[in-house]
Amino acid sequence: MEAAASGGCGSGPPLLLSEGEQQCYSELFARCAGAAGGGPGSGPPEAARAAPGASTAASGPVADLFRASQLPAETLHQITELCGAKRVGYFGPTQFYVALKLIAAAQSGLPVRIESIKCELPLPRFMMSKTDAEIRFGNMAELHGTKVQIPYLITEKNTFKRMDDEDKQQETQSPTMSPLASPPSSPPHYQRVPLSHGYSKLRKSTEQMHPAPYEARQPLVQPEGPSLGGPGAKPLRHQASLIRSFSVERELQDNNSSYPDEPWRITEEQREYYVNQFRSLQPDPSSFISGSVAKNFFTKSKLSIPELSYIWELSDADCDGALSLPEFCAAFHLIVARKNGYPLPEGLPPTLQPEYLQAAFPKPKWECALFDSYSESVPANQQPRDLNRMEKLSIKDMADFPVPTQDVTGDDKQALKSATDEALPKDMSEDSASKSGLLPPPPALPPRPCPSQSEQASEAELHPQLNRAPSQAAESSPAKKDIPYSQPPSKPIRRKFRPENQATESQEPTTAVGGPASVATVKPHPTVQKQSSKQKKAIQTAIRKNKEANAVLARLNSELQQQLKEVHQERIALENQLEQLRPVTVL
Amino acid sequence: MGWILVTSATVILFLQNYPLYIRSVPTENELKFHYMVHTSLDVVDEKISAMGKALVDQRELYLGLLYPTEDYKVYGYVTNSKVKFVMVVDSSNTALRDNEIRSMFRKLHNSYTDVMCNPFYNPGDRIQSRAFDGMVTSMMIQVC
Repeated sequence: MEAAASGGCGSGPPLLLSEGEQQCYSELFARCAGAAGGGPGSGPPEAARAAPGASTAASGPVADLFRASQLPAETLHQITELCGAKRVGYFGPTQFYVALKLIAAAQSGLPVRIESIKCELPLPRFMMSKTDAEIRFGNMAELHGTKVQIPYLITEKNTFKRMDDEDKQQETQSPTMSPLASPPSSPPHYQRVPLSHGYSKLRKSTEQMHPAPYEARQPLVQPEGPSLGGPGAKPLRHQASLIRSFSVERELQDNNSSYPDEPWRITEEQREYYVNQFRSLQPDPSSFISGSVAKNFFTKSKLSIPELSYIWELSDADCDGALSLPEFCAAFHLIVARKNGYPLPEGLPPTLQPEYLQAAFPKPKWECALFDSYSESVPANQQPRDLNRMEKLSIKDMADFPVPTQDVTGDDKQALKSATDEALPKDMSEDSASKSGLLPPPPALPPRPCPSQSEQASEAELHPQLNRAPSQAAESSPAKKDIPYSQPPSKPIRRKFRPENQATESQEPTTAVGGPASVATVKPHPTVQKQSSKQKKAIQTAIRKNKEANAVLARLNSELQQQLKEVHQERIALENQLEQLRPVTVL
Repeated sequence: MGWILVTSATVILFLQNYPLYIRSVPTENELKFHYMVHTSLDVVDEKISAMGKALVDQRELYLGLLYPTEDYKVYGYVTNSKVKFVMVVDSSNTALRDNEIRSMFRKLHNSYTDVMCNPFYNPGDRIQSRAFDGMVTSMMIQVC
């Protein structure tokens, strides 16, 4: 080392390094020398002096480092010559530092001369592409505490993207630079400093990226194949708790920015596909797919059982043996990734966590919730034939237009109207126009039979509408007779005052059963009263018939009971006789 | 009827008296541990039958020290589905108290139920869950 230092010092000009450069270079030197054994790991001042232990950087890592700077080979040769390594035959710290400075100069566009390094230069840029570099960089990652973490994540995403593109690191420079641009206090020439050297700047400025390990990690992973989530995810987890919130923010930002291909992120169309598949297995998106159903479904993907078992383990976060919608999406996504050749991660990537998925994609759940509230109300009302048809159409429309807007309701009603015989044009259009935020209700749910009749007297204001649509009454009245009497009694009260009704009913869609039913009942408004009276008669006749039948059956029952008693008595008598006779025969 | 054997870091989990899961930290002498566990299974069976129709609760799931040999202590635990966990611990490991053994069994039981929740796991298969492995490893590291 002494020889090297003296040799180096003797041969070249004194090397003036700024503090940042010193730190950077010493780290690089340590890294390169690490493979040679021992690694000095010393600070900049010591490195310049005679340091015990490994005093030379192994040529292999050094060559890799130089190649990573992406300078042409002849430039690198020149640099090697100039720095004196060729002369002395090894890379001592001095040679190494001179070489690094020359690299920086070359990258800045200056000629490769000794004189170039005398001036202040930015740090050299290195695109690491070797596994050993990655390993060392990985160690460096741990050294840099929390400051590193936020940029860490961003670069990790960069690595993902890079892996997808299977590009060299140059392309990633631009996307990774953009988040880097945010810290305002970075030195002005920071932009020229590549991510791989960010860690030296880290020491200087508070917010910095630590891209090198991750950039290095990416090429490391590339030889392994696209194991995107794995290695990156592991160190991520070490710092996960601190940066989780940050990472989610950044991820959401990055969602919109330049990482559409990140393999563990679910795109919008993928998400929709998964949700549709979920619905095909389980119509209610807010409940669970049971284990056996999921097993049958995922077995179709033709992955091996251990792999499927592992995917289940990853995705069923609460270990309840069933998959909720976000868990299902995560599992499906993992299966898709695996089929595309990505090895499975060690742990569930953060973008596939159920909380993240729920936060990122709240909309489908909401849509589904509305749909569910509507579909729940449907079975509550048994429909006459044409009403059934209308309901089904409306449900289909609901599926297609889950967002309840006025336009949508208008459209639905148009569709329903056209499809059905019932013509409630004015009412429906009025209702749709007047009600905001209502789900598209079926055009004519059964009106409430009994309670509504009591409302007839009070619903004076509805009569004009009644008169307006006499035909509707005629058409719907025969249909309504079959309507069950399941309407809650509170609805007629609401129907009394039309404006109020609409106001209350606009809130109703969120309630499960009542909403569409009440909304629908408002429509056949004018026809309801006539129908309700007819219904009442129908009910009364039915009651009478039932009573008669009851009476008949009761009489029959009593007669049969009587007969049974008589038969019993006969039997007893016969048995007595038998008993009396028996001793005679025995004897 | 499974059983888990843990010996001074060794864990064996058995179903129907054949092993579902075996893990030892000192990998030598593994056969010896297997032998001890097999013999201890008899003790476990004895204790189970002794309980008779008693309600099976957590305390009774834990069978306690099955028998001490000169070098090792064997602890047993049985689940509601008659899966036996057997843990063999080094006697020199005197730091292990009863509560710790109980908590270890509880963790094993919880992890085992998580494994069972996986629909791709057929009862009777060997347990190949990474989560389960991780849990057992951490437990064994803690012990030794």
